[in-house]
Amino acid sequence: MAAQNIEQTGAQPTPPGSGYPTGGKADTKRAFSWTPYVFLAPYLVLFTVFVLIPAVFGLWISLHNWDYLLAKQPWVGLENYTNLFTPGSPTAGFFWQSMEATGIFTLFSVPLLVIIPLLVALILNQSFRGRNFFRAMYFAPYVLGVAVIGVLWQYMLNPGFGVINYLLGLVGIGDGAVPWTTALPWAWISLVGMTVWWTLGFNAIIYLAGLQDINAELYEAAKVDGANRWQRFWNITLPGLRPVLLFIVTVTILASANMFGQSYLVTDGAPANQTRTAIMYIAEEGLENFRMGSAAAMSYILALFLVLISILNFRFLNQTEED
Amino acid sequence: MQGTTAKPGGRNAGDLAKKLLTYAALILLTLIFVAPLLWMVSTSLKPNTETTALPLSLLPKQFSTEGYSTILNSGSQSPALVWFFNSMIAGLANTLLILVTASMAAYALARMEFRGKRVLFAMIISTLFIPPIILLTPNYQIVDLFGWLDTLLAVIVPGAAGAFGVFFLRQFFLSLPKELEEAAMLDGANRYQIFFRIILPLSKAPLATLAVLSFLTNWNDFLWPVYVLFTPGSLTLPPGLSILQGAYSINYAVIMAGGVVASIPVLIVFILAQRYIIQGVARSGLKG
Repeated sequence: MAAQNIEQTGAQPTPPGSGYPTGGKADTKRAFSWTPYVFLAPYLVLFTVFVLIPAVFGLWISLHNWDYLLAKQPWVGLENYTNLFTPGSPTAGFFWQSMEATGIFTLFSVPLLVIIPLLVALILNQSFRGRNFFRAMYFAPYVLGVAVIGVLWQYMLNPGFGVINYLLGLVGIGDGAVPWTTALPWAWISLVGMTVWWTLGFNAIIYLAGLQDINAELYEAAKVDGANRWQRFWNITLPGLRPVLLFIVTVTILASANMFGQSYLVTDGAPANQTRTAIMYIAEEGLENFRMGSAAAMSYILALFLVLISILNFRFLNQTEED
Repeated sequence: MQGTTAKPGGRNAGDLAKKLLTYAALILLTLIFVAPLLWMVSTSLKPNTETTALPLSLLPKQFSTEGYSTILNSGSQSPALVWFFNSMIAGLANTLLILVTASMAAYALARMEFRGKRVLFAMIISTLFIPPIILLTPNYQIVDLFGWLDTLLAVIVPGAAGAFGVFFLRQFFLSLPKELEEAAMLDGANRYQIFFRIILPLSKAPLATLAVLSFLTNWNDFLWPVYVLFTPGSLTLPPGLSILQGAYSINYAVIMAGGVVASIPVLIVFILAQRYIIQGVARSGLKG
């Protein structure tokens, strides 16, 4: 309903420029006014300098052998891109390994972050006392930055004296010596697990808002018709959540594909760079080794993947809606 | 426990069991989410020898502020107090910059007609979908060009260029009734007066939401400050924590003390502004 209101008010003709009320007469001639531009100017300066220019400048960089520490940055055409698809080039192996790491992380974290928060939201959507308290508790880890949760989990996952192994040892699992941060598959379990813990509350709150938006009369009508709890979930709750679901899946995929801090702080890419994500490798290549040309090329390839995934995801979830 | 007072009778017994089960699940989940945070606080108050000695103890056997004094000391090589103020200045300045620039731009886009409006709006919105990684290396060079590397300006200004604030406030301005502005115009008010005296006072809630979300984002930002800030005196807390982790490797009392210092302000903001944060997040999903 709110959305409709917005559409309607947005569609009404707006008085021109400095904004004299439309007097009913045909005032087709609009007096030019600087006012809109004055309002826009401060943001547009920021937007141009830190979004538009870099978006294009990045492409330009990617076409050069852009070593930031050298005096000259010679033009190399598409070489930075073709290198990425040439086995044996200095960057191809590392880049695709990092893309694979990002892919693995996304593949395992997204389903968990789509399903578990829904279950939590369903619990929270019941009526009970203290609901806001519990909702806040589940959201609390999310307000902390990745730096805090990174150093915290790095300690908790320490194989020798971390609390996770200690607790597992008490119940006799893993001899208290699981190499959580240094060997596979443990490192992935750690990274995915801590990320689910960290960001679950965010998705749960979005689900909860979606659940509360579903018309309660639908449930009453279904109950009258004799639908059981499961049928109500499938036929009312899930369809009602579809737009929210599309949002959550998209946002979670993008967030997972941009994972950096967890690998940087907890595993440092170990073992043997296998948990070094694409973002982590691009940042290292560009801002540590200052080979910005190849880093820029990689960032565009990664961006292309992300845009494609978003489009596919949108198509797929919209299609199932039409069925 | 609240809400477990049962009335006699068969049906209520079933209700009671269900309620107990719900609360059991709720409390278990609370433990999962909160226990690691309590562990961080507890560890930060232990002498360092205790943090790596088995068996681990839930509470400090011996209270110690050694972790805090190591980093809060003014002569410290890892001056967490300086990082704290840097983070505070950067967060507040960035938030203010976003509020001013985004609200003005959003108002023009919501309520004024001008050439190129549609194209401009489409362009701003489309950048919401640009993966930020492509801006990383170019922005590093732009910031370097301005001489901002290793200064707080690097973590204040570029982050204010995002489109979210403009989009978020424009949606709200569109939902305000136009009659107020039209009445003011008839009374001879100009756009500037209308914006400052009518629109902004009506927009306290969305402005507060945007302010809180912007502050949290800036306070927690990690990748960018790790690479654009490097001398100990100019760091914010997130890259500072990364430095602590490297410098004190297994001195976990110190590292956890740093974690607590970095958490307290955002947890306070969260407790005070919970409504705005949760509404802001919830609304972002309903739009999608």
